[in-house]
Parts: sequence; C-alpha cells; structure tokens
Amino acid sequence: MKTYNYFPGCSCSGGTARAYHRSILAVAAALDLTLREVPDWNCCGSSPYSSYDEMGMVALSARNLALVEAGGLDLVTPCSSCFVTLNWANIVLQKKLKKHESVKPVIDEILAAVDLKYDGGVAVRHILDVMVNDIEPGRLAACVSTPLRGLRAAPYYGCQVVRPDTGLDHPENPLNLDRLLDGLGAEVADFSHKTACCGSSLLLSREDPGLELVKAILESAQAEGARCLVTVCPLCQSNLDLYQSKVNRRYGTHFNLPVLFFTQLMGIALGLDPRDLGLDACLVPATEILSAYIKEQHGK
Amino acid sequence: MPETNRSAAFIDEMINFPSLRKIRLCMQCGTCTGSCPVAQHMEHTPAQLIAMVRADLREEVLGSPALWQCVSCYKCSERCPRGIKVADIIYALKRLSLRSGQASRRTPTPELYRQFVNNVYRHGRVSEFGLMAAYYLKTRPFKAWRALPLAWRLWVHGRSGSGRSGLSPQGRRQVQVLLDRARSLKRT
Repeated sequence: MKTYNYFPGCSCSGGTARAYHRSILAVAAALDLTLREVPDWNCCGSSPYSSYDEMGMVALSARNLALVEAGGLDLVTPCSSCFVTLNWANIVLQKKLKKHESVKPVIDEILAAVDLKYDGGVAVRHILDVMVNDIEPGRLAACVSTPLRGLRAAPYYGCQVVRPDTGLDHPENPLNLDRLLDGLGAEVADFSHKTACCGSSLLLSREDPGLELVKAILESAQAEGARCLVTVCPLCQSNLDLYQSKVNRRYGTHFNLPVLFFTQLMGIALGLDPRDLGLDACLVPATEILSAYIKEQHGK
Repeated sequence: MPETNRSAAFIDEMINFPSLRKIRLCMQCGTCTGSCPVAQHMEHTPAQLIAMVRADLREEVLGSPALWQCVSCYKCSERCPRGIKVADIIYALKRLSLRSGQASRRTPTPELYRQFVNNVYRHGRVSEFGLMAAYYLKTRPFKAWRALPLAWRLWVHGRSGSGRSGLSPQGRRQVQVLLDRARSLKRT
C-alpha cells in the first residue's frame, strides 16, 4: 500500500478532465495506491502565471508543497502543466542549482506571511511516472483481467510530461507509456507525433495555428493504423477530442479517433466498472472500440 | 563620436534572470526556430527574438505578437546546442511585456492570460467555464455566441465544471496575500 499526496489541478477537479480524475481514483484503488487530495490546494498558475509573475508562480506552488511537507509523501499530479510548474518551483526551492539560491529566502518570507513554510522535502511526480515505476514488476500484468487484445492505440505523450527532461524518459522518443499499454495487451501504434505539441492553450485564443497542430497529430496516429489515442494530460485530451470535429470540417478530413486517458484504458483492462472510468465524457465516442472489452468482462 | 553602449542594456536586463545567463552564447544556428511547432505563425521567430534582444530592440521585442504564440513545448530548450533555455527566455519576455504594458494588441492571447491570472487571484483555482466566458466577452463579445455549441456539448458530457468545492475562504485569502506580496517585490 503506497500513499501519495494527490494534486488534481483545476482541469481534473470538476473541469473538462473529470474522466481522468475518476479513472485515476478507480485504478489507484484497484492497485492499492492511496491518493490523498492535497487539502485546500490552489491553482499552480501554469503557463499564464509564469507569463506574468515568476515569483508569484513559485509562491503558488510553494503553498501547495508547504501544505503537504509534514507527511513526507510524494506529491503526484495528473496534469502535465501542473507537473512542470510544481516541479520547476520545487527544483528552485530545493536550491539544486546555485543560480536559484536567491529565490528561497524571498519565498520563505512570502510564505511566512500566511504562517506556512517549505523546506524542499517533497518530491513532485506525474501520475504516469507513478503508474509505470511504483507498481511492482508483474503486478500490473497479473491484475489485468481483460487484455486489450486487438486495440491499436497510439501513445500520445504531448510535451510537458517529457520536456523539460526529468531523466524519467526520453524527451522526444519516450517509451514508458508505450510499454504500459503493451502490458495491458494493447497493440501499440508508435507514431511520429507522439511528443508533438497539441497546441496547449493556443486553441482558446488563436485557433488556426492550434488546429494545424491537432490535425498533424491525428493524421500521424491514423497513418499508423491507430484506432484511438491515449493521453496523459487534460489539455492534450481536450484539444484532440473537442476540436476533432472542427478539424474535420476545416480540412475535409474524417478523423474518428477517440482520445482516452491512459488510466481509462488501465481501468478497462483491470476489469473495473466502466461507469467509474468516465468513458461517456469523450466527445468523440469511445464506446464502439471499447464495447468488446467491456462485454467480455461482464460476461454479456 | 562616442560609441554608445546601448546594446548592453536590454541583454543585461535579461541576464538578471538566473535561467537566462547563457543568452550571450547564442550562435544563431536556428535550431530553436526549426524545432518550434508554431514558428511559421510567428512574426519573429525564436532565433530572431534572441538576435533582437542582443541588438537592444527592446520595444520591438516586447511588443511582438510572436511572444504569445509560444506553446511552451520546450523543444527549443531541449535541442539548443548551447544549452540556452529558450522557452524560459520567451516567458521572461512575456513577463516584461505584460508588466510594462507593451503586450501586443494584435493578438488576443495576452488577454486570455490576464483573465486567467485574475481568476487565480479571485478564486485560488480556475473555473474553465468562468475563464472562457470572461475571456470571450472581453475579446469578442459579439462572436461569443459561436462558442455555445461546444459549451453545450461539454455540458451534456458533464465536463462543464462546478459541483466540486473551491478553496476555503481562508485558503483564498492566503493565496491573495501570497500573490500580493510577490507582486510587491516588483520582480519580473
């Protein structure tokens, strides 16, 4: 039984990625991982705050880290952007590099104003890292009751789970998710755009460049015969799912690629109740490609 | 005629950011530009922006709409043969740009970021729907209705948020105190 501080982030917390949140909790329970939501956590600020006030961004992260330091447990987040932001703030506050040494005293003073303090004792991790590295070898395979045989899935990492490089996987040709999907019995469709950018928040303000990026990813996955994409980030899932019909209208394409969170597929393979996996949240419906596995596990 | 040392000014400002000390090492190889997924949409590419910084074109750089195209994919930083954190340079330029009131008005992205920042300050967490509503009404009030079909589909699929609690009032106050203090440092 392993326990973690769980930082859902704004998208997973009742936002567009509730399916990710639900499937993570379901899968974690099935694999004996206890996720304790960080009490009263605040937004990490992500790219917009980093584009406005660097100290403010570090302070936002520092509050979250300070709230959980006492327990000595790792902080795990499903959002790649929250991961990059919290991890970077943590690296600075842990004074891993000499050039950042001047930041911590400033943040200490800011935190003291709200009776908090943080001394660098928390490790910040992404949920993919935990699922890949913290489950004993063979355990996941042993728990798979419905192998995803015949499901050709494209592992889409996006950018921020692999860059900046944390040493956990290759920054441009990673394989952790590929291996995890293989372990679930799926056919892995390795494709050229596995770490190409989904467009991030650009889709919200400048749609046209963003749609090009989404199209390129879908095209690349389709070219490898993928029947679905598998993501690790709420924003990636949103962009590839919500804008797929718009890409089809704009470019005359006919993509019909469900975009699933990796924990949703884990849940199916582990034989969990599909109602706990948020499958109905997909705008590009996933029911058709998953029905065979769901039927199998419920003996229908 | 005295040789002006103007070219030192902007770059010195940049070097004050600990992550950006290597900016002087740029050899204009163009790897960052070649790696950037949105470079073709940028008025000034990443390599050009660095060259402009070194040429002390402060106003042109801070007013460039190109800054706001950056999607933080970090390919530039990972691939730079000189180890320059190009993505961090873009972030620093965005901060300088926003804080000095020079953010380009030719792109709506700065306004999205401003709304996001306001949302974080007011609530401590971001409600995606609240954010998008505020952003659309501010930047394209007469076209905001175009977002309704997608908003509807999201609502039908249970992805429109709320229902979960936000921060406690004490937590929200803490966040505001932290952010006020950070801003009062006047550090970018």
